[in-house]
Amino acid sequence: MADVLTWNAPRAAEHRTVASRAITEPRTVQWCLTAIVIAFLAVFLFLPLAIVFSTALRTGVVAFAKAFTDADTLASIRLTLIAAGIAVPLNVLFGVAAAWAIGKFEFLGKSLLITLIDLPFSVSPVVAGLIFVLLFGAQGLLGPWLVAHGIRIIFAIPGIVLVTTFVTFPFVARELLPTMQAQGNDEEEAALTLGASGWKTFARVTLPNIKWALLYGVILCNARAMGEFGAVSVVSGHIRGLTDTMPLQIEFLYNDYQYVAAFAVASLLALLALVTLVVKSFVEWRTAHGN
Amino acid sequence: MYRGTKAWAFIAAAAVLFAFATPPATGAAGQATILNVSFDPTRELYNDYNTAFAKYWKAKSGQDVTVQQSNGGSGKQARAVIDGLQADVVTLALAYDIDAIAQLGKLLPDNWQKRLPDNSSPYTSTIVFLVRKGNPKRIRDWGDLVKPGVSVIMPNPKTSGGARWNFLAAWAYALKRPGGNDAKARDFVTRLYKNVPVLDSGARGSTTTFVERGLGDVLVGWESDALLATRTLGNQKFQIVVPSISILAEPPVAVVDKVVDAKGTRAVAQAYVQYLYSPQGQTIIVRHFFRPRMPSVAKRFAPMFPKVNVVTVDAVFGGWQNAQKTYFADGGVFDQIYQPSQ
Amino acid sequence: MAFALRRPSIVPGFGLTLGLTICYLSLIVLIPLSATLWKASTLGAVPFWHLVTSARAIASYEVTFGCSLAAAATNIVFGLLTAWVLVRYSFPLKRLLDSLVDLPFALPTAVAGISLTSIYASNGWLGRPLLALGVHVDYTRLGIVVALTFVGLPFVVRTVQPVLEDLDAELEEAAASLGAGRLQTVARVVLPTIFPAALTGFALAFARAVGEYGSVIFIAGNMPMHTEITPLLIVTKLEEYDYGGATAIAVAMLVVSFAMLLAINVLQHWSNNRGGSDEREAAAHG
Repeated sequence: MADVLTWNAPRAAEHRTVASRAITEPRTVQWCLTAIVIAFLAVFLFLPLAIVFSTALRTGVVAFAKAFTDADTLASIRLTLIAAGIAVPLNVLFGVAAAWAIGKFEFLGKSLLITLIDLPFSVSPVVAGLIFVLLFGAQGLLGPWLVAHGIRIIFAIPGIVLVTTFVTFPFVARELLPTMQAQGNDEEEAALTLGASGWKTFARVTLPNIKWALLYGVILCNARAMGEFGAVSVVSGHIRGLTDTMPLQIEFLYNDYQYVAAFAVASLLALLALVTLVVKSFVEWRTAHGN
Repeated sequence: MYRGTKAWAFIAAAAVLFAFATPPATGAAGQATILNVSFDPTRELYNDYNTAFAKYWKAKSGQDVTVQQSNGGSGKQARAVIDGLQADVVTLALAYDIDAIAQLGKLLPDNWQKRLPDNSSPYTSTIVFLVRKGNPKRIRDWGDLVKPGVSVIMPNPKTSGGARWNFLAAWAYALKRPGGNDAKARDFVTRLYKNVPVLDSGARGSTTTFVERGLGDVLVGWESDALLATRTLGNQKFQIVVPSISILAEPPVAVVDKVVDAKGTRAVAQAYVQYLYSPQGQTIIVRHFFRPRMPSVAKRFAPMFPKVNVVTVDAVFGGWQNAQKTYFADGGVFDQIYQPSQ
Repeated sequence: MAFALRRPSIVPGFGLTLGLTICYLSLIVLIPLSATLWKASTLGAVPFWHLVTSARAIASYEVTFGCSLAAAATNIVFGLLTAWVLVRYSFPLKRLLDSLVDLPFALPTAVAGISLTSIYASNGWLGRPLLALGVHVDYTRLGIVVALTFVGLPFVVRTVQPVLEDLDAELEEAAASLGAGRLQTVARVVLPTIFPAALTGFALAFARAVGEYGSVIFIAGNMPMHTEITPLLIVTKLEEYDYGGATAIAVAMLVVSFAMLLAINVLQHWSNNRGGSDEREAAAHG
């Protein structure tokens, strides 16, 4: 399902030469189509970005900065960083392991495993949250045991971390997998026959080969982890200052008609999105020209 | 060897997770944090009150206290507390919701209501109508709400306390009409909910829908929210209509014993609820359009509140236990009559 | 050839990595999912069916699937156009626009939600002129379609782009030299080749739109029976502590999600095989 997120083969510069008139459209048609597409992308992509920054700065830079002095907003930023800070490394660990197991070996049940890994992609975020409430909530499957031991997962930070890990689960694995599969085992086998240990092979041979795919997987995973809304909304309890992440804080501020503050916090996440896009471009450029 | 490394990584991660799960002790005597889980329309009230209380407590005991605040539909909040939301103090819309926390969650004793004056209710309120300026639909009383073409905004009785007060007030109106009985009341309330396009989960949500989103011809809800709308948004856009009969709402407050004992915050939590009854507390309450209990404060601010003819839950419905079971429990009257409007 | 559970290899670490993978997968995905299915099974078949087919639930399916279909359809049309323009034409800022196409992947849904609502509010940048034309976007199903179009935008573009890029100019030249007009060439040579990829993109966009929550709830209006999407219905039931109702509808959505996952995997297989066979043909005619 996530093939769109796969590592795009480096898009070389146009390998279509300026072709004969027979296989290109008339100028006016080209012009029209381009204009339509630019208009479409401007309306759907550019405008939302523009309005985030425009509204955040609508009443001046001072008001913008003031939005970040609010204790609840700062707490939400902290919580978002914590959740991403735990979910992303865990998913990287898993992603590398899964890509290694699936990419380097042939075994029975491989397709099933890949489909299972893809599951969180196809599940609605709200359903993802519900799943954990049914397991860890006080009325859930493990509820009584957790309550008896004073362990709180739902309506507390561990629940948020768990749910974030669930929804960003496949990102790194699915980024690494095609790359590892495409690269095959040759280099690793060569290293191993030359006497390198498994770990050394991984560190010195595999890792450099997958580093760009890994980087892209990590930032995509991180962007989603920090931006997750539906799933966290279900398990969080919405305690301001304690269990509100940045997206939830944005929702609260927006519903409270504090538009400048809401968009100010949103602008941080929008900046993060832009950084993600820049890194992706950079990574693609490096692969096209670097290797 | 390698397995060990990975296993340790996992255990470390799990440990970090659970570290967040255990409740923070109040630790040094200098700092305490308590959570007030409240019903929906009290955001501004408790914002002010929490600041005032922190100042008062610091002066009295030298301890710094941070009061965290959560607002939402009363029923929803009660269930959240039962489900594990760590409330030191609950300040909800009706006694039944705290009863549920006592009986289902076993977090405080069943006789909690007797522990504070006035049945643990430091303020009261009632249900009124808010209409657009000029009252274009000529809404004067409950009977006008069921006319065709009138759009009524009310919250969801399954989650909101105010919504349940609304429901009972409407039912009481129909009962008290000449020739009124339960069957007629049921018919009346059924027709009323047919005029409701959307049920928000909390009273404040409904106020927002009516005031900010411009939906509906009339908002039925807390007098405090109606006064807030007319006072802070200016009288230019809305006006209050007082129905011929309404219900006395007594939102109660309570300390949640099990939580405060585990966290060690009993002293500050108890002071928190008691300060609500003090002159300073009562003044803050009245400034946010809730009716105070203290006679001196009530007298001084009497002109602010409209005259409303009220009945009580106990007199008409035999108390909240009864009312909840009959009308709002799963499969109760509300579930039977409510069909989302087509 | 002897049957083996796995092909032997000198590369180490199979046991460790597979073990870790399955362990993690179980903890984070499988066990929680089974708790949901367990809960659903405790409801009993008849009550489950009633919950899943209540009038309000069915209205929400109409809204969700209807609007997702409309959005995916919009995306397949404009996505094809966009991929075409990005691959075949050059114009200033093309690289910028190309990178921007991935924005819906990177931007949090809540941010998208409040941005779109602000743009299409009655006093918003686009909302005001549209209102003058009599078009209501906020709090209507049109608004839902707009939000879902945003979230699904990159899917068709990104599935079609690689196929378009790899398309051999020779095929079109051959068609042109045989006397086909440009439109004919495009319709009969190019489009069929990129069709599987476009369909895959459509399915991906549709699947994503069906589960979407954050971008939609701000602009939608959330009126039961009219503009209430299924994920919101689940959240509302949870707020009412109707765990049974929420679970039943969630399981219904899960079934649909898995079906879509399967369909998409099949489509991707078809798309890959299609691309492969074209290459083989081109090589044969070389």
